[in-house]
Amino acid sequence: MTEKFEPRIVAFFCNWCTYTAADLAGVSRLKYAPNVSVIRVMCSGRVDPQFVLDAFARGADGVLLGGCHPGDCHYAEGNYKTLRRMRMLERLLKGMGIYDGRFRLEWISGAEGEKVKTVINEMTEKVRALGPLDLPGKTLEWDKELEELEAHVNKSAPKEEVVHAR
Amino acid sequence: MSDNKKKQDVLPRVGFYICHCGTNIAGTINVAEVQKYVAGLPGVAVSRDYKYMCSDPGQEMIAQDIKEHKLERLVVAACSPNLHEETFRKAAAKGGLNPFFFQMVNIREHASWVHTDKIAATLKVMDLSRAAVARVRYHHALDKKRVPVDPNVLVVGGGIAGIHAALTLANAGKQVTLVEREATIGGHMALFDKTFPTLDCAACILTPKMSAVKSHPNIRLWSYSEVEKVEGYVGNYKVKVKRKPRYVNEDLCVGCMECIDACVFKEAKFPDKFNQGLGKRKPVYIDFPQATPKVVLLDPETCIQLKTGKCKKSCAEVCDRKAFDFTQKEKFEEIQVGAIVLATGFKAYDAKRDPQYGYGKYPGVYTSLEIERLVNASGPTSGEVVLRDGKKPKAVGIVHCVGSRDAKSNKWCSRVCCMYSLKLAHLIKEHSDAEVYNFYIDMRTPGKGYEEFYDKLLSEGVHFIRGRVADVTDWAMTPEEEGRLVMRVEDTLAGFVRRIPVDMVVLSTGLEPQADAQEVRRRFNIGCGSEGFFQERHPKLAPVNTFTDGIYIAGACQAPRDIPDTVAQAGAAAAEALALIDAGFVELEPNTSHVVEDECSGCKTCVPLCPYSAITVEEEKKKAIINEVLCKGCGVCAAACPSGSIRQNLFEDDEIFSEIEGVLAK
Repeated sequence: MTEKFEPRIVAFFCNWCTYTAADLAGVSRLKYAPNVSVIRVMCSGRVDPQFVLDAFARGADGVLLGGCHPGDCHYAEGNYKTLRRMRMLERLLKGMGIYDGRFRLEWISGAEGEKVKTVINEMTEKVRALGPLDLPGKTLEWDKELEELEAHVNKSAPKEEVVHAR
Repeated sequence: MSDNKKKQDVLPRVGFYICHCGTNIAGTINVAEVQKYVAGLPGVAVSRDYKYMCSDPGQEMIAQDIKEHKLERLVVAACSPNLHEETFRKAAAKGGLNPFFFQMVNIREHASWVHTDKIAATLKVMDLSRAAVARVRYHHALDKKRVPVDPNVLVVGGGIAGIHAALTLANAGKQVTLVEREATIGGHMALFDKTFPTLDCAACILTPKMSAVKSHPNIRLWSYSEVEKVEGYVGNYKVKVKRKPRYVNEDLCVGCMECIDACVFKEAKFPDKFNQGLGKRKPVYIDFPQATPKVVLLDPETCIQLKTGKCKKSCAEVCDRKAFDFTQKEKFEEIQVGAIVLATGFKAYDAKRDPQYGYGKYPGVYTSLEIERLVNASGPTSGEVVLRDGKKPKAVGIVHCVGSRDAKSNKWCSRVCCMYSLKLAHLIKEHSDAEVYNFYIDMRTPGKGYEEFYDKLLSEGVHFIRGRVADVTDWAMTPEEEGRLVMRVEDTLAGFVRRIPVDMVVLSTGLEPQADAQEVRRRFNIGCGSEGFFQERHPKLAPVNTFTDGIYIAGACQAPRDIPDTVAQAGAAAAEALALIDAGFVELEPNTSHVVEDECSGCKTCVPLCPYSAITVEEEKKKAIINEVLCKGCGVCAAACPSGSIRQNLFEDDEIFSEIEGVLAK
């Protein structure tokens, strides 16, 4: 690859804490890497694990999720639900070979503009060091491998009915 | 997802507008390139850039385009939606478009202001704009819900901020409940003798306002009470208040104070909290003669009857109103209000945290609040400036910035200390004849008549030494220092280290958030800044608003401030509450969730997730229903629904998935 790798990171920020903190970082003219695109949700609890998987599947090299600190959720306890879901998701991601900081969950309060900067810069550097994830490319490869395997199984198997476990 | 997808065969006509914001955006982002790029995206009928989109001509342009080009969706790339989302929704409505067919792209706070690489920042803005164009197609026409506003107001905190806010609201005809934690209202101001820079007596200007609160027909004063729980939303808050027992019936006590004389303790022997521990009080007491409400109370820690049940209760015997009730328990009351003003004030810095100044070690070291009581005519020494041993000090040193402007404790300037130190210097000189030294880092006197006050002090013979005091010690090096306190300081104007012997040291302690500020802000669902003061919605444009609508902040709970600024802010908070109440209704964001009945399997996954118990399951149909009035629009249920049958308005799966796709498309 001749072109320098620039990670693409999708972030989901809750409206009340982390999105506001990112606004504060802006107003304070803090400078951070331009690699993160923020999608606003009202609460980090709105983030369906599928959103994270979808982002990876569409080519994100990293996904960042930002919510209010535990106990500070604007909706009382949405962030606890986020935490539970995301811990589960992390296991699933590991199974797919996505780990080591490609997915990050951070509690950032509305006053922590500085933390937005630090987290984004850290994560960008980390993902840059890891290199491209290219899940779409990998998925194509995996599909091809699976097809080949299936063809192989079909060819060598006796003429009995093959039951696919899906 | 499916019903929405079908509509996408013919793409709705999108209008895209990118703002220069002068050079705020255009200085970093190549606005023209983004405009051209978006013009080429599918479905985009109009794409324009303009110097100030939020200006009247900018909004007019949008409204005109909607009509002329028959636009069906609107995307504006400008500042944060927290600032101008409402502006552009209105512009859409003006053009005849439902305001929710609109999506805002934050390219100022989230791009131009935070990035230096212009090319990368422009590419990011293209990504974000593409995502918004993709998402806005899935938007629906929505209506804002209108809910009535309860006209009653709760004011929390009875210092000068709470008093002023309560009186302003009550004078406007609103029913106000003022809740104060202590036995009397008045707050810190009630401790002061004089106020800077005019030196008018604090009690003379405060106590009439305190009495006005008590006698106002529209104010219900609940002192010795605390807010326990807050539920509801803007315009409709349900508040539970704990009323602590005084063991004296407030309605019967007339404040004659005969009971205090009659108490079995002939001498007052317990530290008087109001007088900063410098005076003594009995178990039955009143904080100060003008306490409001003028009602005595019993201290359960020291009252023999309350502790052992074996007192002859001479206090109760002497009370001809039969106001004593030793069996009184704390009770809880619930009130309904539309708006809440928080004026919970500050805590003075604990001088013991700076051990180099010897507070708590040397009896001659005082905090500024202690001196306020000492110079006060109604204080423990009747205004005489004497040391703890009764002797008059010959020299007094005042240390500025204790717990302020210090990387080791609090970084902020507490704003009032320079001025109150000058005031105390003046008062100590007036009340004693002592030589007074002020040790300051910088003299900060911004305010009407403040610099003039400083000038006045300079001509009064008060000594000013620029330098942070290193320490206070009783280690004498010369006979003159023997038996006295020595202040060691680098005089940065003279350029050498000095030792100044004094008899009294005054530590000008800074202002900090209340010890329970974090608990309180959680109770009211508002935020705190990193230093712990309550967070305003916008530092300049919404200084008394919070991120929770209908909850306003005033005074030193938001940041250190003096009395004039506190009163101004309290008035502003009252005005904000009035604006809310007098409108009569609030419009709520329509971002609530609803269940698509056909797709719901009745699995009940969502039911326990809802923090507001807004979801129930209709047993006959086996379908979940969301109560839209209770729903606050977090979307936690929509994220959990296995069949995807819960839709959160403005944050539907289709909308978010298309945003993800849009951001990542190349």
